[in-house]
Amino acid sequence: MSFYIASSPHHHVRRTTHDIMRWVLLAMVPGVLAQLYFFGWGVLFQLVLAICVALFAEAGALFLRHRPIKPALHDYSAVVTAALLAVSIPPLAPWWVILIGTLFAILVVKHMFGGIGQNIFNPAMAAYVMLLVSFPVQMTAWMPPAVAGYQAPGLFDSLWLFFTTYTAEGYSLEQVRLVWSESGLDAMAMATPLDHIKTEVSRGFTLAESMQSAIFSWFAGAGWQWVNLAFLAGGLTLLVQRIITWHIPVALLSSLGLCAILGALASPDLLPGFNIHLLSGGTMLAAFFIATDPVSAATSNKGKLVYAALIGLLIYIIRTWGGYPDAVAFAVLLGNLCVPVIDQYTRPQTYGHGEPRP
Amino acid sequence: MSDQELSNELKTLARNGLWENNPALVQLLGLCPLLAVTGTVTNALGLGLATLLVLVGSNVTVSLVRNWVPNEVRIPVFVIVIATFVTFVELMMHAFTYGLFTALGIFIPLIVTNCAIIGRAEAYASKNPWHKAAFDGLTMGAGFALVLVLLGALREIIGQGTLFDGADLLLGSWAAGLRIELIQFDYPLLLAVLPPGAFIGMGIMIAVKNVIDRQRNEKAAQAPVEKAQRARVTSQ
Repeated sequence: MSFYIASSPHHHVRRTTHDIMRWVLLAMVPGVLAQLYFFGWGVLFQLVLAICVALFAEAGALFLRHRPIKPALHDYSAVVTAALLAVSIPPLAPWWVILIGTLFAILVVKHMFGGIGQNIFNPAMAAYVMLLVSFPVQMTAWMPPAVAGYQAPGLFDSLWLFFTTYTAEGYSLEQVRLVWSESGLDAMAMATPLDHIKTEVSRGFTLAESMQSAIFSWFAGAGWQWVNLAFLAGGLTLLVQRIITWHIPVALLSSLGLCAILGALASPDLLPGFNIHLLSGGTMLAAFFIATDPVSAATSNKGKLVYAALIGLLIYIIRTWGGYPDAVAFAVLLGNLCVPVIDQYTRPQTYGHGEPRP
Repeated sequence: MSDQELSNELKTLARNGLWENNPALVQLLGLCPLLAVTGTVTNALGLGLATLLVLVGSNVTVSLVRNWVPNEVRIPVFVIVIATFVTFVELMMHAFTYGLFTALGIFIPLIVTNCAIIGRAEAYASKNPWHKAAFDGLTMGAGFALVLVLLGALREIIGQGTLFDGADLLLGSWAAGLRIELIQFDYPLLLAVLPPGAFIGMGIMIAVKNVIDRQRNEKAAQAPVEKAQRARVTSQ
């Protein structure tokens, strides 16, 4: 009787890239549903177009590189990239924005660096930055969330806005917004909470005054807080499922929160506190879904802590003193750039190597 | 030296300057102006021609004085020679192509610091007779200018959808008609116009060159060797 003898490790998690990516997609569902509720059907169109384009681009790139196509499409990594990009950009941005962004993410950021596992930057965030730098008008046109009287455009109007940049009656996004603001609501409607605070403070108002606006509710931006909490819930399932470890989210959120608390203590009238920072923009999405990308993040546990704390600090610095409304994408890219150095200095010591311990 | 040898050497020089040892694609020299001014074909062509003129002039001069310059002070002498030609080109551009002169700005005087020029002076012109140095300057300058123009065209088409926008600044008012509107963009792709677009475009051009080289090498390796002699490895 003979036994099959395998070399160590003998116990392994039967988890393929395919499973991991499917879990990530599942965990994004609550956040996407919250976005759908608050920002309308646009989110769905962005997702569908982004995923289709990503799959075609992935297949095309693999074909050109003479690599097997089917397993790579089956591992869903392109779908995750597309989904992350789609939920990051304004839901009613015209179709060509997400098209260009997805093509850039898959073809340039992923495959030009060698495909899955080789990209030094997070493809979704690099594409987001590329879009933000190239099309600042479209990329900052966030409509107000559907609370306190706002109503996101219906399915039909969203479809028209998405494909023609006009509603069926011929209104542009800007005109739709003006109609809303004339109905007795805030004129500053086309701004995210972070953007709004920044503009108002630069106009000489205090933080408390700028937060009187209808786009704020009990502890952060109305709508935005729920989107962020939904992504937090999805992220926690990833933690429970051990798809990600706690190091990156905890380090990122605590470093950003600490900075925000210190800033708010130093200048309570001008700098928003940790509630705003943690529950606005893409903070939770970044902490659980973007910074945790296993390819572009640091590898060792100590390295992950340093990497994520650095991203949190950079988010705070860029949000506070930078020119762009949200800082997540820039911070993640800068963090990705630091990964080789971080990995170099946080490499765990293997047994029997290095200086003997006292 | 026979005519045959000379023509062979000139061929090698041309192949080196334009392809094998291209200053921009292989040596990666002079990247600062290359990346900064290639927003449009016109700017790229203007700077490319200016660099070409300086390169030919400095190569010839360095080659002519090479036997009188002590080795210890050759670098300062080369820099002075280059600076003289740059000043000459700058004044000429100021006089005849003022619009382009203002568009290129600081990058014209900065040609002095272009490593491709002092590199050729040191590596080739200071060791070879003037006619070969002139030809070397011509091909190296042409290789550099070609890459500039290609990158400028790439960025201009992707960024603004036009070609030869503002060509009248370089070539006189008749050239305003050269402007071609290829695509009408409602929103320009700012990335291509901004510096990051130059880096990405440059990277893609280098990658394409490497792919072409690799395919040629593979083809050359596959070509059957004539009259292959079979080596005897056993003693029989």
